Amino acid sequence: MSANIFITEETIDGVEDGPLADTTVAVKDNISTEGILTTCGSAMLDDYVPPYDATVVSRLKDAGATIVGKTNMDEFGMGTTTETSAFGATENPAAPGHVPGGSSGGSAAAVAAGEADVALGSDTGGSIRCPAAFCGVVGIKPTYGLVSRYGLVAYGNSLEQIGPFATSVEDAAATLDVIAGPDDRDATTREPPADGESDSSYADAATGDVDGLSIGVPTELLEGADEGVVDTFWDAIDDLESQGASYHEVSLPSVEHAVEAYYVIAMSEASSNLARFDGVRYGESGGYDGNWNETFATARKEGFGDEVKRRILLGTYALSAGYHDKYYKKAQDARAWVKQDFDGVLEEADVLASPTMPVPPFERGESLDDPLQMYLADANTVPVNLADLPAISVPAGETDGLPVGLQLVGPAFGERELIRAGSALS
Amino acid sequence: MSDDAVSPEEVRHVAELARVDLADDEVDQFARQFADILDYFETLDEVPEVDREADLANVMRPDEVRDTLEREEALQNATKTEDGYFKGPNVS
Repeated sequence: MSANIFITEETIDGVEDGPLADTTVAVKDNISTEGILTTCGSAMLDDYVPPYDATVVSRLKDAGATIVGKTNMDEFGMGTTTETSAFGATENPAAPGHVPGGSSGGSAAAVAAGEADVALGSDTGGSIRCPAAFCGVVGIKPTYGLVSRYGLVAYGNSLEQIGPFATSVEDAAATLDVIAGPDDRDATTREPPADGESDSSYADAATGDVDGLSIGVPTELLEGADEGVVDTFWDAIDDLESQGASYHEVSLPSVEHAVEAYYVIAMSEASSNLARFDGVRYGESGGYDGNWNETFATARKEGFGDEVKRRILLGTYALSAGYHDKYYKKAQDARAWVKQDFDGVLEEADVLASPTMPVPPFERGESLDDPLQMYLADANTVPVNLADLPAISVPAGETDGLPVGLQLVGPAFGERELIRAGSALS
Repeated sequence: MSDDAVSPEEVRHVAELARVDLADDEVDQFARQFADILDYFETLDEVPEVDREADLANVMRPDEVRDTLEREEALQNATKTEDGYFKGPNVS
C-alpha cells in the first residue's frame, strides 16, 4: 500500500526570505489553509475549502516556508492511531506494519519518511507526542496559550495546542520560534512571562547542556508500561545522567484519574464544538428532506465516522441533565488536582521524564475494536494537557526494532528547558 | 456494571439530543461500549473536591470595525444559498 501520509499534496509557497526559507513543511489537515482543501480526516468536510489561513499558516508563509501538503489524521483528531481517518490508515515509515500513532500520524510520518523537513500537528491529549514517539521523531506540545489556535478546527479547545515535528530538537524549536506568540485572533494566547532568556530564540536553547539538570520521574507513569519501553526509558535517563543531570523519583497521585477526566472533558467539549457541522454553512448536507432536526441528524449520520459519533454522544451524555455534576464537574476537580500535583513536583525538579507512550507502536488494526483500551494508551500524555503544561517527545531508542519516545514535561512557558534537555539525547 | 448498563433507548435518546441519526446495529454497539466506558468514568467519584483557583484574566479589545470575510467567501462552502444568504432546511 502507499504510505498515505498526505490527504492533499499541493505546494503553497511562502515569501522568498525568512528563517524557514528552503524549509518544507507538512501541515495537519485540521489547520486551515486558504484555498486548499482542509478535511480534518472526515467525510463531513471532504470538499471543504477554507476562505482564510490559520495564524500558524500565515506565520509559516511569512517565514519563507514552503508547505508541501495536508497530512492524514484521525477524524477530527479523535484517535491514537490515525486509523479513524475517512481517508484510510497511514503506514509508519519507522515501523512498517504498525500504526504511526495519532492523531497527527500523517505529520509525524511525513517527517520520518523525509517527505517534509518539519511538520505541524495539534495535541489535545497527546496527538503530537504519541505519533512523534511511534515514528521516532521529535514533537513539541507547547504550553497552553503559547501558539494561536485561530484557524485550527476545534475539538477540545481548552486542551489543545498546535506544535511542531522535526527529526532534530533544534529544527522543531526553530519552527516553534516562527509559530509562537500572542495573536489578537485567539484571546487565549499570552506573552510568555519575562525571564532571563525571553530575548533568545527557542532554537538557541538546543545546546544539549544538561549539567546540573534535576529530573523528576513520576513513578505512576512507569507502572503498567511495557517492559522493553521501560528499559529503553531508563537507558535514556542513564545517558542524561552521564552528561551531568540527576534524577529522583516523584509521585503524582492525581494522574490515576487523568485519563477519565481527560476523556470526559474532551468529549464534552467535542460534543459542543462539533455541533457546528450541520451541513448548512459547510460540510456534508443532509439532503434537505424533512425538517431541520431530521436533516441535521442525517448529515451527521453520513458525515461522521464511528469514533466521532461515540465521542459526541458520550460528551452529550456527560453534559446532560442529571449527569453534569457526576461526570463533568468531577472531571474539572480532577483537572485542578492534576495541575496542583504537577506544580508541586516541578518545584523540586526542573523537568519531569516518562516514557511518552507506555507501549510500542500497535500493529495496524489491533486497537480499533476496543475504544476503552485505546483511550488507556494515552495515560502518560493526557495529564500534561489537563495541566496546560509544555512537553516534548524525543526518540529514546528502540525495543524489538520499534521506536520508543521519552517525554519531558516542564513548567508553564518552560519550553527552553525542555529543548535544552531534549537536545542532549540526539 | 450490570446494575446501570446503558440501554439502547438511552443511546437513542442521547443521539437525538446530539442530532446524530444512528443505524440499529450502531445503537447496539454503542450501548455495549458505553457501558464499559461509563463504568470507567465512574472512578471519578474517588476524586476529592479541589479548590480551583482560576488564574484567568479578561481579554478586551477596542470595539472597532475590522476587515472580515467577503460574503461570497463566507458562502462558498454552502450547499444551498439564496440572495446572499445561507439556505437551511425547514424549521418544522
